[in-house]
Amino acid sequence: MPDALLSVRGLTAGYGAAPVLQEVDLEVAPGSIAAVVGANGAGKTTLLRALCGVVGATAGEVRMDGTDLRGVRTQDMVRHGIAHVPEGRGVITELTVEENLRLGHSWRRDKADGRKATAEVFELFEPLARRRKSAGHQLSGGERQMLAVGRALVARPRLLLLDEPSLGLAPKVTAQIMALLRRLRDDTGLTVLLVEQNVRSALSIADTGVVLSLGRVVAATDAATLAADEDLRHTYLGF
Amino acid sequence: MAYLRTHTLPRHLLLAVLAALLLLLLTYLLPPYRNYQLATAGAYVCATAGLTVLVGLTGQLSLGHGALMATGAYAYALVSDKLVDGGTTGIPLLVVSLVAAILATMVVGFVLGLAGARLHGPYLAGLTLTLVIVVPAITTTFAGTLGGDQGLSVTVDPPPVGLGAAFPFERWQAWITLTAAILTVFVLANVVHGRPGRQMRAIRDDEVAARLSGIDVARTKVGAFVLSAATAGLGGGLLAVLTQSVAPGAFSLTFSLFLLMAVVIGGLGSLAGAVWGAILIVVLPDLADSLAEAMPVSSNLAERLDGNLAIGVFGLIVIGVMLAVPGGIQGLLVALVRRLRGRRPAASGPADVGPAGPAAPGPGVDADRPDASGPSGPEPAADPARPRTPSSGSPSTTTE
Repeated sequence: MPDALLSVRGLTAGYGAAPVLQEVDLEVAPGSIAAVVGANGAGKTTLLRALCGVVGATAGEVRMDGTDLRGVRTQDMVRHGIAHVPEGRGVITELTVEENLRLGHSWRRDKADGRKATAEVFELFEPLARRRKSAGHQLSGGERQMLAVGRALVARPRLLLLDEPSLGLAPKVTAQIMALLRRLRDDTGLTVLLVEQNVRSALSIADTGVVLSLGRVVAATDAATLAADEDLRHTYLGF
Repeated sequence: MAYLRTHTLPRHLLLAVLAALLLLLLTYLLPPYRNYQLATAGAYVCATAGLTVLVGLTGQLSLGHGALMATGAYAYALVSDKLVDGGTTGIPLLVVSLVAAILATMVVGFVLGLAGARLHGPYLAGLTLTLVIVVPAITTTFAGTLGGDQGLSVTVDPPPVGLGAAFPFERWQAWITLTAAILTVFVLANVVHGRPGRQMRAIRDDEVAARLSGIDVARTKVGAFVLSAATAGLGGGLLAVLTQSVAPGAFSLTFSLFLLMAVVIGGLGSLAGAVWGAILIVVLPDLADSLAEAMPVSSNLAERLDGNLAIGVFGLIVIGVMLAVPGGIQGLLVALVRRLRGRRPAASGPADVGPAGPAAPGPGVDADRPDASGPSGPEPAADPARPRTPSSGSPSTTTE
């Protein structure tokens, strides 16, 4: 296995006194898709938030391509190549599709490349291109998810963090989003860390899988093995 | 027209020039007292336009804009006094003092903004409220410099001789404040429609998402406060020019609430709405007073109503507007104009529609869209927080 793009060691984080995450270890290889699965309250969202500094970590270390991310502010994560599509997507509902995308690269100095990245996103998500002047609140759930992913992509990240992209979407739409992630990984070498309750569809596109339970990693292996392990599924994932 | 739709800067410039010409004409048509009222509205526009950007776009509630205006007014009085002593007169006196008013208020706004970036909603409102309440105390404490309850008097030079000896002073005042108002709205319109405006709205909508998109939330919030303070300071300085005096009584808590209510009634987040609001602050007390006089009430009651009725009327209008037209006056006008044009509910504001025409909702991944039936739905409610074009200039531009 090549050096990990993202490596997490002993990460402990939470809200207030009781830690939600306890000593989480995690590695994501460049150009791979890692799926973090687990039941409600397992700490999946907290993990992504702790990686981006939205939730403060009390112990442990997060390295992105060797760089220690401790003390890096949330708004600077994107400058380290990390784009995070938050839970609930974080589409700015009163801005148009185009404005949301411009927001995604507004921190960059290279305006021309920002426009190019936007054009690429419109190519990737054809339905978004048709609705570029629509306000965020006029979009469907699937379109919002596309927009959220698109806004993350215009920042040209090396690592894409996705929090429950399937939430509230029709199975067909979920499948489209998952297929697209797989295509991005294959075509551009994008590294993806995906948090999902929808275990089947997440593991179907992932290279590696991590099972979180009550804030601890209980299994970490390749996705196919995880999907085939009936005991694990019964114990931690409930199906 | 297509060029103006896609290029905001030339469009705003054109609107500003049109507004200037129209207002210039107006100052020649109006009698002196009406010109004075117009001038007052111009001063208020500076403050309300900055306030609507702060409250409407970044979602930072300020109840203390009256205090910021007071800061500007006192700074104007103090600096112009020194300048007069030094022999400065005419337009340099005016401009330098106004710049001083803006800078002084920006400093106060910066400090408030630093606190504001850490406080949310009611806590920030409380902090700014405190500021308004301490204004009289400060002026009393430093009575030697600030003149206590009596305040300070301000020297305002007559119109330049080049305009002729008979040039009315009120028209000159109107020129001063309206120039400032147009400049303020022009600058703010470009801020609102550009990158900072998008970032502000993103922060109000979803702070975490904004930060994850690389936006420095604290810096943007402080920036918005400083910008808003600058325009409030300018408005305050202009009020000093108009009344030729500065006193704490002019910047009461009621006045601060008036500003906020005016912005809400005009249409929160809309610069055109801020213009409507400023006009209301000038016109409404007048109307309320005439109303009180016309009412068949005892002289005792009429005396008590005098001056207070306006507050009541303002409050009632706010409640009415909130219930009936949350988009305020501007939201209502935009909806009316669209209906008159018989336009289908386009994806967004009329001026935002690109050359390709209204975006047709395509098939695509919208199986779960609630209104998948197509564009036959009702008019989307005018969003109060989105400053719609046609806006930004003067009331006259709302019909485009």
